[in-house]
Amino acid sequence: MSSSSPTSAPAQVAPLNDADTGWLLRVRGLSKIYGEPISNSVQYTGPAHGTNICPETDAIVACAEISFDLYPGEVLGVVGESGSGKSTLVQLLYFDQQATAGEVQFQAIDEGQTNILGLSNQRKRHTRSNLMGMVYQNPRDGLNFSFSAGGNIAEKLLMAGNFHIGRIRERASFLLEKTEVPVKRMDSTPDTFSGGMQQRVQISKAIANSPPLLFLDEVTSGLDVSVQARVLDLIRHLQRELGVSMIVVSHDLAVIRMLTDRTLVMKNGRIVESGLTDQILQDPQHPYTQLLVSSLL
Amino acid sequence: MITATKFSQTYNFGFIDESTKKEIRRKLLKAVAIPGYQVPYSSPEMPIARGWGTGGLHATLSLIGPEDIFKIIDQGSDASVNACNLRDFVKRMTGCRTTYDTAEATLIQTRHRKPEEILTDKQIIVFQVPQPEILRRVERYEAKTRQMHAEADYAKMWVALYESYVKFGAIMLGAGYPVRVNGRYIMTPSPIPRWDVPNLSMAPCLHVFSAGREKRLHCVPPFTKVEPLEFEDVKFHVEEFRDIVCAASGGDKAFMDEIYESETSRKFVMNDSNFMDKVRAGTRPPQRLFTNPAA
Repeated sequence: MSSSSPTSAPAQVAPLNDADTGWLLRVRGLSKIYGEPISNSVQYTGPAHGTNICPETDAIVACAEISFDLYPGEVLGVVGESGSGKSTLVQLLYFDQQATAGEVQFQAIDEGQTNILGLSNQRKRHTRSNLMGMVYQNPRDGLNFSFSAGGNIAEKLLMAGNFHIGRIRERASFLLEKTEVPVKRMDSTPDTFSGGMQQRVQISKAIANSPPLLFLDEVTSGLDVSVQARVLDLIRHLQRELGVSMIVVSHDLAVIRMLTDRTLVMKNGRIVESGLTDQILQDPQHPYTQLLVSSLL
Repeated sequence: MITATKFSQTYNFGFIDESTKKEIRRKLLKAVAIPGYQVPYSSPEMPIARGWGTGGLHATLSLIGPEDIFKIIDQGSDASVNACNLRDFVKRMTGCRTTYDTAEATLIQTRHRKPEEILTDKQIIVFQVPQPEILRRVERYEAKTRQMHAEADYAKMWVALYESYVKFGAIMLGAGYPVRVNGRYIMTPSPIPRWDVPNLSMAPCLHVFSAGREKRLHCVPPFTKVEPLEFEDVKFHVEEFRDIVCAASGGDKAFMDEIYESETSRKFVMNDSNFMDKVRAGTRPPQRLFTNPAA
């Protein structure tokens, strides 16, 4: 499939080559449409029309024709305003939602030969718990507040077939120490924690099985600035230590600048610009990216 | 003169009409075929309220034949009110012989216990189940729990056991300990004490679990593996009645009831009334005892 055809992709989006190898995650033509799409829904929406709502059926094109490659150890940023489809994108990749169309290949599954969106629920769950990690903006989405912090981490380890309480607790303490959560608080429920601590517990849970791929969805939004800095520091530190690939979703360009190597800019459910983060921030090409960068405080 | 014979008999044999019995039997066959899987069934109206043993009655009355010998116990006892009333009802509706003797019975209905005596391949035991969904403790929604069973997604159940161990230093489940049946489905053994749980595994008799209020039934067929959920380092334990003898029969090694006599003293008696009678008479029946793993 030639997603890099010049007519469909604006000049600001770096062309993709399907012959490239060495990728960890390959996404091609990923779309999610809510409501009743018609054949023209995708065509009538997007940044050129300034909307993602189909004028004929009111179907919402949350994201459409998303294509990119992610390489091992790479940190990819996804930036855009609210409603641009960036959260939907990672939720599709983490199987939280079902894609309307598209293909996703993941090197860790059948050596990238299979479209992972078509896996059975059982294999999807296995993939989620063993090969991927997700940190949500709201800790209540990622953690079970009726379980203790240790129990939340244990859930991931149990899913991976570790049924030894001693070893589970050892691993959980190790992870909590790593993410700077006091190990003493391991058996308390996350609702007794501060927001920053909850976020760090979520990160411990996400990396519990040392997955090769991590999704971070607005991890620092809603935290105060000093805590934000520490969480970002932690993520950068973990990334260097574990060499995990990440997709970082944020509306905050400062976060993107600090964490990511490469960035996709999204608007109205489409990628409008992609490239090296530094390049995008220094020399934005697309008018929307220019607006984003110029509104950076 | 025309005489109306159609209504000369007030009730059908076994109270439930034949087509409904047939439906329940079909569901029972399905439950036997998929050990531990909860099969929805009709749960027809009975002359007692749902949740008072109707599930057990449905299974009993659809299985019972005129030649069956029926025994019913409630918390191990043949003499408790619930058992007596249901026994009278089954006897009136079927004319079957009833018994207290566990060995003699061909069909046993029970609430909260499995008899101590080893049941044979000629016997069927029917458990009254209040809540058939073991995952209800960790997941509220039926649609979700059914999906969890379908995909064998039991991590939440395991986390609940982990949490219990971390909070209390032991898995605090006295009754209804979760078990895995035939290496696949996790099910509730109904609220039987942990003492009885190992006796479900590889037993010669057929176990039928039926929940009338929840309209679900599940089975453990004869010689099916039933494993209580346990961790590699935290094992399943049954109740220990160390140095305790039955005050009525002098026997030990059975599930005991604790009876407070006054403010200062207490005594223990065997919970299984028929078993206690036999021990008292000096004919202790064969039992399968579980030895706790060394700490």
